[in-house]
Amino acid sequence: MRGNAEAHELVAPGSLDAALALLADEPGQWTPIAGGTELMVAHAAGRLNAKRLLSLWGIAALRFIETSPDSMAIGACTTFHDLRASKAVAADFPLLAKAAGWIGSIANQSRATLGGNLVNGSPAADSSPALLVYDAEIELASVHGKRRVPYAEFHTGYKRTVLEKDELVYAIHLPRRFAQHRQYLRKVGTRRAMAISKVALAANALIEDGSVREIRLAAASLAAFPARLYRAEDAVCGGPVSPEVIRAARRALLAEVVPIDDIRSTADYRTCVAANLLEEFLVSLKTEGPQQ
Amino acid sequence: MSIGWSAIEFVVNGETRNVHVPPMKRLLDVLREDLHLTGSKEGCGEGECGSCSVRMNGELVNSCLVPVLQAQGACIQTVEGLACDGELHPLQQAFLHCGGAQCGICTPGMLMAAAQLLANNPRPTMAEIREGLAGNLCRCTGFKRIFDSVLSAAAQTEIPMASETHAR
Repeated sequence: MRGNAEAHELVAPGSLDAALALLADEPGQWTPIAGGTELMVAHAAGRLNAKRLLSLWGIAALRFIETSPDSMAIGACTTFHDLRASKAVAADFPLLAKAAGWIGSIANQSRATLGGNLVNGSPAADSSPALLVYDAEIELASVHGKRRVPYAEFHTGYKRTVLEKDELVYAIHLPRRFAQHRQYLRKVGTRRAMAISKVALAANALIEDGSVREIRLAAASLAAFPARLYRAEDAVCGGPVSPEVIRAARRALLAEVVPIDDIRSTADYRTCVAANLLEEFLVSLKTEGPQQ
Repeated sequence: MSIGWSAIEFVVNGETRNVHVPPMKRLLDVLREDLHLTGSKEGCGEGECGSCSVRMNGELVNSCLVPVLQAQGACIQTVEGLACDGELHPLQQAFLHCGGAQCGICTPGMLMAAAQLLANNPRPTMAEIREGLAGNLCRCTGFKRIFDSVLSAAAQTEIPMASETHAR
């Protein structure tokens, strides 16, 4: 432990309203902390810059999974354990359930939250590709009220988001319209447990009469933040999947990603593997039956 | 800047305990330094190795990643709370019998992760054991004897562990 616990303030307002009031009173002064699986790592290493922290842990109004006929709402402080344990998530959003199961370890999943995963803004965030292909919307709250933004517009740069200084992520909304879609999620990392992804790709597609009517592709660790792969989608959408389409999709993907060399992998490896994952998904579309 | 300290009350291994500490002090450090429960170890200090694993309100957590203020009112079980009335817990007996401990640094965390697994799943498969313990690293055993220990404990006993994080 190289950090100094006495150098940091931590308060637990206990309710969403009290937390929002504190953020409004002193904008930019308080850093929210939920399960602490990111910030406490920085704290232990002595590199936690935030001096005043606002605990969201234990605020029941931020931890829920609610299903309506058209959508599911997931509270920002819902843990990955909660997501794994939810039959509704497994039934409607299997890619999110799958991602929740490979985040860190059991001990991480019992503390790490879905909202925290998004606000932290890692390019490698495990839940992000699934949320992107499910057309997630992020609901933000402040003392002035709530607003929604498409998740595809939430990240604005490396570790940057549209969150204002007096806002918290309140909930993640997912439309329940993917039951007929083929769905795919694969993460490539050093080992199955604990590893941060070198590349992850999520995809879904709606096939009608042998043609791709809808397709969504999203990747982690291929750019400064998790993002949809619109050009690759355009290369596939509207017709049958043929070897020519697969080649065109690979070329489109290579043209739109900007991977980096870092301690976990190289740009070349990431690019090649991402294209291979895309091909794996597209090849699977030519077969009948549900795909996972 | 002077930061206010917090009065924390929680239940640790069945006993109500009170400490007065900085709110950002890690639960691991409070357990070891303030409560002198040194069974929980610090390995990596970043939630990767699991040697600080404890059970909090019936869930497994890395105590190095929990600011103690977030443990206010919690029921916590550490490795010191596994044995009961001088009798080793069946998992501890199985680790002894199967050679599941060598240098011992990872052992408290392995035991707590295993206790968590068996509380939810008294008859785990080997695959489930491997997943349940995937966040706990061991540099000595090669893991097989640890997994065998958990299998052995699960096969031999009906373990009412779900109640053990709560006050007796």
